[in-house]
Parts: sequence; C-alpha cells; structure tokens
Amino acid sequence: MLQKVILMMTIMLQKKEVNTVPIIKVENLSKVFGKNTKAALQLAEAGKTKEEILKETGSTVGVNRASFEVEAGEIFVIMGLSGSGKSTLVRLINRLIEPTTGDVYIDGENLAKMDKKELRRVRRQKLSMVFQRFGLFPNRTILQNAEYGLEVQGMSKQERSEKAKTSLELVGLGSYLDQYPGQLSGGMQQRVGLARALANDPEVMLMDEAFSALDPLIRKDMQDELLDLQETMKKTILFITHDLDEALRIGDRIALMKDGNIVQIGTPEEILMNPANSYVEKFVEDVDRAKVLTAQQIMKRPETVNIEKHGPRVALERMREAGLSSILVVDSKRVLQGIITADAANEARKNEVKNLSEIIQRDVPTVEKDTPLHDLFAVIHDSPVPLAVTENGKLLGIIVRGAVIGALAGEGEVNENA
Amino acid sequence: MLNFMENVEAMPVAEWTTNFVSRLTDTFAFLFDPIKDGLGNLMDVITSGLDAIPPIIFILLVAILAFFMTGRKFGLAVFSIVGLLFIWNQGLWDQLIDTFTLVLTSSILCIIVGIPIGILMSKSKIAQTIITPILDFMQTMPAFVYLIPAVAFFSIGVVPGIFASLIFATPPTVRFTNLGIRQVSEELVEAADAFGSTGPQKLFKVELPMAKYTIMAGINQTVMLALSMVVIASMIGAPGLGREVLSSLQRAQVGPGFVAGLSIVVLAIIIDRFTQNIYKDRSK
Repeated sequence: MLQKVILMMTIMLQKKEVNTVPIIKVENLSKVFGKNTKAALQLAEAGKTKEEILKETGSTVGVNRASFEVEAGEIFVIMGLSGSGKSTLVRLINRLIEPTTGDVYIDGENLAKMDKKELRRVRRQKLSMVFQRFGLFPNRTILQNAEYGLEVQGMSKQERSEKAKTSLELVGLGSYLDQYPGQLSGGMQQRVGLARALANDPEVMLMDEAFSALDPLIRKDMQDELLDLQETMKKTILFITHDLDEALRIGDRIALMKDGNIVQIGTPEEILMNPANSYVEKFVEDVDRAKVLTAQQIMKRPETVNIEKHGPRVALERMREAGLSSILVVDSKRVLQGIITADAANEARKNEVKNLSEIIQRDVPTVEKDTPLHDLFAVIHDSPVPLAVTENGKLLGIIVRGAVIGALAGEGEVNENA
Repeated sequence: MLNFMENVEAMPVAEWTTNFVSRLTDTFAFLFDPIKDGLGNLMDVITSGLDAIPPIIFILLVAILAFFMTGRKFGLAVFSIVGLLFIWNQGLWDQLIDTFTLVLTSSILCIIVGIPIGILMSKSKIAQTIITPILDFMQTMPAFVYLIPAVAFFSIGVVPGIFASLIFATPPTVRFTNLGIRQVSEELVEAADAFGSTGPQKLFKVELPMAKYTIMAGINQTVMLALSMVVIASMIGAPGLGREVLSSLQRAQVGPGFVAGLSIVVLAIIIDRFTQNIYKDRSK
C-alpha cells in the first residue's frame, strides 16, 4: 500500500517536471571582450570586480557566469543600468555575440554548440528579436518589414504576406501596409518591430529595451498592449530594460544585473520586499510601491458566513471570535453576497429572524484582485468597513486600512502565493 | 661625411621593375592579346552603334532622359542640348563618341571589379588592411606611370588607355562600397542576423540596398576619374577629345585646345549629373 502511494507520487512528480521544462535555460554563460579571456574568467571566478580585471588583463567581462531558466509563457525581465551587461546577455542568447563559455538551451537544444546552419534554423523558427531603435529596414514597406523573417526562410510571397498581414493587424497596423517606416511615429514603428517578431510565430521573443526609445505615455501604452497580446499569444518573452518601473510592471520574474553579474532573480514582490543585497535595496528604494503592489498581495483571509447555511446566531458568534464589527456573506460557491453588521445581527436574533438575507447589506465596497494599491486609497478612505477583494465575483480576501499603510511602508506582509 | 650616400650604390628598383614588367609581358602574352582584341572589338561595336544614331536624335534622347532623371526639371535637359549642339557644331561629334565610349567602358569595368573588392573589404578586416594601402598607391601614383606598362602589355591604342583608367579610377568605387556597407547601422545588421539571414541574404536584402547611395557616390567619382584619364590616355593613342587637346598642345594652338577642353567639360558635367541622379535618395 505504502509502496503504491510512493510510486504514484514519483509519477506525479515526474509529470510535473515534464510540464515545467524551461524553454530557455542558461548555464554559466560568460562573455569576455578582449584577448586574455581565460585569465579574465579566472579572476572573475575569484570574485574580482570588473575594474580590477580590466586593469590586470586588459579585458572586459561583459557577462559573468549567468545562469537562469525561463519557463514557457513567462515574461522574464533582465534589468540593470547601462554597462550592467544586460544587452550583451540577450545577444548571447541568440548568439549575435559569441559566448566565451557556457551553454544556452532553447527548447532543449544547445545554441552555444551549434554550427551556423543549425543556428540559423533556430533563429528562424524559435527566436525573434525586437530592437531598441526598432531595427526596421527603411527601404522596405511596413509589410515587407514584417515579412522579412519569413522571406529569408524562403516562404512563398503569398503565404508570407498573409502571415505578416495577420500579425500587423494584431498590433493595429493593418492599414499601413504600404507605408515606409520613416512615415510612422516611434510607437507605430515599434509595433512594426513587434509584428515582425511575431510573424514567424517564435517560441521565444527577445526584446532589447524595446520601449526605451518611446516617450513615457506611448511606453505605457505599449506595455499594456504587450501584456494584452501576451494574454492570448502566451509567448516566452525575455525583456531587457533599464527602467525598474517597467520591469515591475510587466515582469513575471526579474533578474537584476550589475557589472555583468546577476544579483537577484525573483518576482517583482520578492525583489521589492526582500532585496538580496544593499545594491538591490538601493535600487528599489525609490520605487512607488503603490503602483506595484496589488490588492491581492496585501489582502487577508476573510471571515465569512454562508448565506445558504448560517443564521444570525452563527454570524454573531464568528464576529465575536474574530473581534469584528461586521462579517462578509458568501454563498456556497464563495460568491460575495453582502455584509452583515453586528448590530443588525443582534437585532435579528432578538426578533427571531432566521434568514440572513433579510438583514444583509448588499452594498459592499469591492475591488478586483489586481487593483493596484494606488487605486485603493480613495475607496478605503470612504468606506467604514474593510474592502472585499474579488475575482469574477468570488471572494478572495479583505483589506483593512492598516494593511495598506503597512505595505506602503514596506513592512506589511506580502502574500507569496499571490 | 654628410655625403655618405655617394659611396652607396643606388638600389636597382627601376631595373627590378623593368624586369618584372617585361617578365609579366612575356608570361601573360597569351592573356593580354585576347583581352586587347576582345576589348577593342567591344569598343568598336559600342562606338559604331552610337555613331549610327544621328547626332540630333542622340541629343534629344539625352535631353529627354535628363528631364526625367532630374525629377522633371529643365536645367540639365537644356544644358545637354546647348552643350552637345556646341560640340556637334565644332565638328567634334565623332571624338565625343570615342571619348564617351572610352569613359563608359572603363567605368563599367571599374564597377565590375570595384564593387566585389569593396564587399570583400567590408567583410574582412584582413582584406581591408591589405587592400587599403594598395588603393592609396593606385590613386597617388601619377597616372602617366601606368601608361608605360599598359603599352608594354597591350601596345598602343584604346585598350591600354582603358587599362590605365581602370587602375586610376577603380579606388573610389572600392572605398565607397566598403564604407557604405560598414556604415549600415549595427541594429539593422543584427536584425538581419537575428531573423536567420544567410550571408548573401544579408548582403543583398539589407547591406547593399542600405549602402547604395554611398556606393553611387563612389561610382560617380570613378566615372569622373575615368573621364580625367582621356587626355592622358590619348598620349598612347586613344582616340577622342583628349587627342584634340594633346595635338593642340603639341602645336601650341590655344583656340582649338580651348574648344576641345570645353567639350570635355560639357561631357563631364552631363555625365556627373546623370550619375548623381541615378540613385538619388529622393525620400530625404
């Protein structure tokens, strides 16, 4: 019996492993610019800084033993200031820059060890790239630009223009096919860059500071649009940025780089709340937490009564146990029904009212789970009772005023499972 | 003491060169003769073809072409008509056609040779290091010097003139092709690579189209240099306007010399404006 259980568990574990096989796996990837690569790598391993190594060997360590994995459908942000090696790192992944040592697996295939022909195949089928200055060909029309990746694969003219049109429509440029890049605004040009990268339906999209050249308002639009697209496309995206707000906004996970080293990898909340060292701490110190944290991350487990099962007596009992003056009411599917105050419940018990629906207040201040903290202030200020956090009507948690203030101060507990 | 060089024997560089060239002539005679005949015949065909067109028709064709190439402007068209009518009027039409053939042939040869070398230079640092000083040498050596081996290889006539022009006029095309390709923005090259282009795909779909205006500037320079060789080439028997200038010089005739020189200037301006307009970037 016990053996059977263990066997089942191992099978389940194996299954889980198969499901979460990383699309991108980077192992000990290093790049040294200069001649004396071996010595520089040894010094880097010994923990010397970039400047020390440059002084001793004359070589610059671009990326030092980077290792990480990115899972399918994830937006993985590599974030760092200029000179941190982030642009080098992304170019090592599609081998626009040859790695000095280390391995890059895309979908299980090691790019670092491939010959040119193999590399071309992977670049054509599995990888695509979006560039900071858009990288559009000025002598080609928008459609011809979007077709480029398919054209070099030798796809027929009709088929490739069909696919390119589809992806241009996806980014809202379906009516600009015959224009030239120079005739479009920056934001629109980058949409073309995005469409070109989507046209060959890659598994992995590398986005190198893709929105950094756009002005702030357009940048935010493009971030939203990328997130929208991601909802449906489910690509694996490796996004490079120097803008922490951008990283926190779009990243499922973030890798922070400094001087060629990856300093910390984690979800935006982990980076904000548990900085790995003083560098990260200093980095995130100016972040507007109110824009990053969401209702879901600061909510608490709610006390509830079930409208179909419980009466005023149970409601009163639970309020007293938890020390509350009101309690939320749900149905058996945990859909939020309303709220009952202690006074109303007391009244109902005296008057022998059995059914909660007679004393319930249907009007409860409610927010969706991904509402940013920033938008909670007004709601919670006007509300005498805690906010209910819901997802499609179902109750997930509650937020009290203290939790909002605590989270702003960086002290409150953040739900790791968020 | 300071005259120690008197005691040092002169290095026999001149002798070496003479020996080298005569050995080349002997060794490759089997090559030089067919080249001379082939090129000579080709030029005869071009010349007689152009000669077959009545001058007035030729002039009108040039004017119409000029009108459309300059974006429907009259300036170059009017200049072409007036200038070419003047040359015709001066009885230099045949010489003009000869000169034009010489310039056309040597320019085309320069482009055929120059662009691939330029591409090679842009792709290989080693090639660039080796070729750059050779180009410097080719351009700074007085053009007359090329005439000597040219005569040795091809005897006198129009073909050695083309050979000398080829050496003198190719460098700009090579340099500008190299420069144009190297100037293509790094991001575009990366984009081409990132989407899995092969080397030739990258070259023909991205690099050459992006470099074409620069390359055209180089070709324009090459054509102008080829034209500047016509007087020099006439010293070894190439026919055309250059020969008129040369004979005027030999007889100290100011008037005819000026007329022939002016004709060359007219031709130079027309060719220059034409080549500038072939690939002008009108989007800018």
